[in-house]
Amino acid sequence: MPSYVILEKCDGCKGQDKTACMYICPNDLMVLDKEKMKAYNRAPEMCWECYNCVKICPQQAVDVRGYADFVPMGASVVPLRGSEDIMWTVKFRNGQVKRFKFPIRTTPEGQAKPWPDEWQTGSEDIKSPVLCTEPASTLAAQLPTLKK
Amino acid sequence: MKPSDFETVRVDTDLLILGGGMSACGATFEASYWAKKHGLKVTVVDKAAMDRSGAVAMGLSAINQYIGYGKGQNTVEDYVKYVRQDLMGVSREDLVYDIARHVDSSVHLFEKWGLPIWKDESGEYVHEGRWQIMINGESYKVVVAEAAKNALATMGDKGQLFERVFIVEPLLNNGKCVGAVGFSVRENKFYVFTAKATIACMGGAVHVFRPRSVGEGLGRAWYPPWNSGSTAYFTIRAGAEMTCQEVRFIPVRFKDGYGPVGAWFLLFKSRATNALGEEYMVTRANELPKWAPYGTGKPIPANLRNWLGMEDVMAGKGPIYMRTEEAIANLAAKYKDDPKAFKKKMKELENEAWEDFLDMTISQAILWAGMNIQPEEKPSEIAAAEPYFIGSHSGASGAWVCGPEDLMPAEYRKQWEPIGVYNHMTTVPALFTAGDGAGASSHKFSSGSHAEGRIAAKGAIAYILDHNEAPKVDEAQVAALRDKILAPLARFEEFAPMSSDPEINPNFIKPKMFMFRLQKIMDEYCAGVSAQFTTNKHLLERGLELLTMLKEDSEKLAASDLHELMRCWENVQRMWIAESHLRHVLFREESRWPGYYFRADFPDMDENNWHCFVNSVWNPATGEWTLKKVPIVHLDV
Repeated sequence: MPSYVILEKCDGCKGQDKTACMYICPNDLMVLDKEKMKAYNRAPEMCWECYNCVKICPQQAVDVRGYADFVPMGASVVPLRGSEDIMWTVKFRNGQVKRFKFPIRTTPEGQAKPWPDEWQTGSEDIKSPVLCTEPASTLAAQLPTLKK
Repeated sequence: MKPSDFETVRVDTDLLILGGGMSACGATFEASYWAKKHGLKVTVVDKAAMDRSGAVAMGLSAINQYIGYGKGQNTVEDYVKYVRQDLMGVSREDLVYDIARHVDSSVHLFEKWGLPIWKDESGEYVHEGRWQIMINGESYKVVVAEAAKNALATMGDKGQLFERVFIVEPLLNNGKCVGAVGFSVRENKFYVFTAKATIACMGGAVHVFRPRSVGEGLGRAWYPPWNSGSTAYFTIRAGAEMTCQEVRFIPVRFKDGYGPVGAWFLLFKSRATNALGEEYMVTRANELPKWAPYGTGKPIPANLRNWLGMEDVMAGKGPIYMRTEEAIANLAAKYKDDPKAFKKKMKELENEAWEDFLDMTISQAILWAGMNIQPEEKPSEIAAAEPYFIGSHSGASGAWVCGPEDLMPAEYRKQWEPIGVYNHMTTVPALFTAGDGAGASSHKFSSGSHAEGRIAAKGAIAYILDHNEAPKVDEAQVAALRDKILAPLARFEEFAPMSSDPEINPNFIKPKMFMFRLQKIMDEYCAGVSAQFTTNKHLLERGLELLTMLKEDSEKLAASDLHELMRCWENVQRMWIAESHLRHVLFREESRWPGYYFRADFPDMDENNWHCFVNSVWNPATGEWTLKKVPIVHLDV
C-alpha cells in the first residue's frame, strides 16, 4: 500500500500535536485520526515507500506492504534503525529470510559540526569564488580556475 | 474551510531560501557563514521536514559526482569534457566547471559531518565508476540537513527555518523578485515572505508524464512524487529565461521497482542483454556513428545507451535483462578453488547488492523478495522509465543562470551586465537558483547540487550587500495572490453540497483527475511511454491545444483541505513545466537525444543548425512565450 498503520500498535503518539509519522512524511501523507487516536496513510498511491514513517515510529506501528499492482504477495522488508546502524530483515515470498546490517553515520546524532576547525576559509572576500572552508576542504592548495 | 479563515503571516528577511533538499541545505550552510559575517538574516522554507525532504529523503547508495582533483585522481577539465559528451554537446561548461571545482569540498564535508563513505585497504574512497563513490547512505540527507540546521542555528534570531510551508508564487516588483508567497499545509496561514534576494531550489518534476504503474504503484516513480516542478514554475512565472527545457531524463532502471543500476553496471561490471541473450550495445553498435561525434565518443551518452535498448524492445526482442547472475559468477570466479574465500566473497557481494537497494530504493528489495529473486541465480528485468525533469542528473532543464566571473565566457556575461554579474542569478534580478532549478549544468547529482546551492548562496549574499534596500511589495498584488491561491478551497465550499460525490461535480475538478488529464496529454502527444517516446509537429500542436484547455480548467481546481490545496498547486506547477517542455520540443527541429525523445519528423541530429541551446521566456506582463536559439560557447579544456 505502501505504508499502513498496524492499529493495535499505534498510540497516536499519545495525543501530541502531531505524530512522528506526520512530522517526517516528505509527501504529507500521514494523518492522525483524532477520534480513534490512530494514524493512517491518506493516499497510499502517492507513497514512494521511502520508509521514513516506518523508521521513525516509536511503536513500530508502521509497516509497508509492496504495491499490489505489481508486487507478488508474501514478502516483507522491515528496518530497525539505531543511532549508528540499521538492521534490515528481508522475508521472501517463499519464506526465506535474509538479514543485513549497515552503518548509517559516524558522528553522534545532532553533532554534525558545520565548519570543521581544520578547514578555515581561505578568503573573506564576498566576490571571490572561494566558498567557506575552501580551499582547505577541497584538499588542493588552491581553487582551480581556467588557464588564460 | 474558507479563505476568510486564514491568517496572513508576513515574514521580512534578507535572504530567502526556498526548498529543503540537497541544494537548499548547501545554500543554508553557505549562507549562514557569509550572512553572519555581514549581519544579514536568512530564512529557509521547506514544504516538508528538512531531515527527510527532497530527492535524497530515502537515502542514496552512491555519490555520483566526486572529482578527487586534490588527490590527483581526475581534473575539473576532465569533468567538463565528460558532461559535454554525455549531453550531446549541449551544456553550460562554465557552470559545469564551477560545480566540479566545489563538489569535492562538499563531499569532504559530508564525511566530516558523519556520512560513512566506503574505503579501500589504503583508506581511499571506493569508486563505483570514475566519478562515483560508494556510501552507506541511509542517513545521507539526515546528516546533510543536520549540518545545515546547525549552521543556521549559529545565527540565533537571524536564522529561521519554516517547515510544512508550501511556496506557490514569486513576488515581483518592476521585474525584480522581492520574495514569495505560499501557505502552511498544517494550519490556516497564508505566508508572505519578502526578501532582498531569493534562491529557488525546490527540486525537479515527477508525474508530469503518465508513469508505467497507474494503480497503487503510481507513487513508485523513480524520482520522488513530491517533486512537482515548484522551482521551474517559480522561475518561469517570475519571467526568468529558461534553457534546455526539452532535455528531459529517462532512466533505465530495474523494472517497476526502479532500483538503481549504477552499481550493477559499474561496480559489478554486469551486461544487459535482450531475451535472446544479445548484448544490444554490441549488436546495435552500427547505429552509433549516426550520432557522431557523441555516438562515437566515450563514454557513450546515457540517451544513446537507452536508445539502443529501446530499439531492441521495438524489434520485439524484450524483455531486457540485467545479467546479475553472470556478473556475480564472474566476480566470484577467481575464488572458486578456495571454498571458504568463495563463500566469503559471495556473502560480500550479496550484502553490497542488497544495500544498494535498501539505502535508496527499498521497494526494489520488496519486489525482489516478492519475486524470490536471488541475483546470483537469475537475471532481472530492466526497462526505460517515464520522462522526468531533473537538471541535476542526465537531464538539463532549468533556468539560464549567470556563471562565475573567472569562468563565464563574455558572450554569456553580457546578458547580466545590465542587472549585475552574480553567480547563479537568473535573468530576473535578485532571483537565484540551483540544483534541479539551474539548467544546462547536468551531472551534478546530490553532491554537486549541494555545492551549487553553496555557490548560489554566496552569489546571493554578494547581491544583497550591493543592493541592500528594503524590498518594495505591492500590497494589491499580495491580496490578489492570496485570493487566487486560496480559491480552490472557496470553490469546493461553494459547490460541493450540490453533488452526491465530493469528487464529481460539474463546477470543479479535483487535483488528482487534473493530474491524470495532464499525464495523458503528455504521454500520448509529447513522446511518453505509450508513444514509444516519439512525437512530431502535429502531435505536439494537438497536445498544445489540449494543454491550453487544461490550463483554462486549472481555474476550476477545488480542494477540500490544506493537503488538497497543495496538490492543486503542485499540479498547476506540473502543467507549466509541461507546457514549457512541449514548446521547447516543438521549437527544436531535430532529434538530438534519441532515448529521451525522438522527433519522427526530424529523425536526425542536425549539428549545423541545432548545435545550440534553446531558451525561452514567458512574459508575466503579456503572458506570451518567446523561444530562441543561443549559441554554445565551449571552454578551451
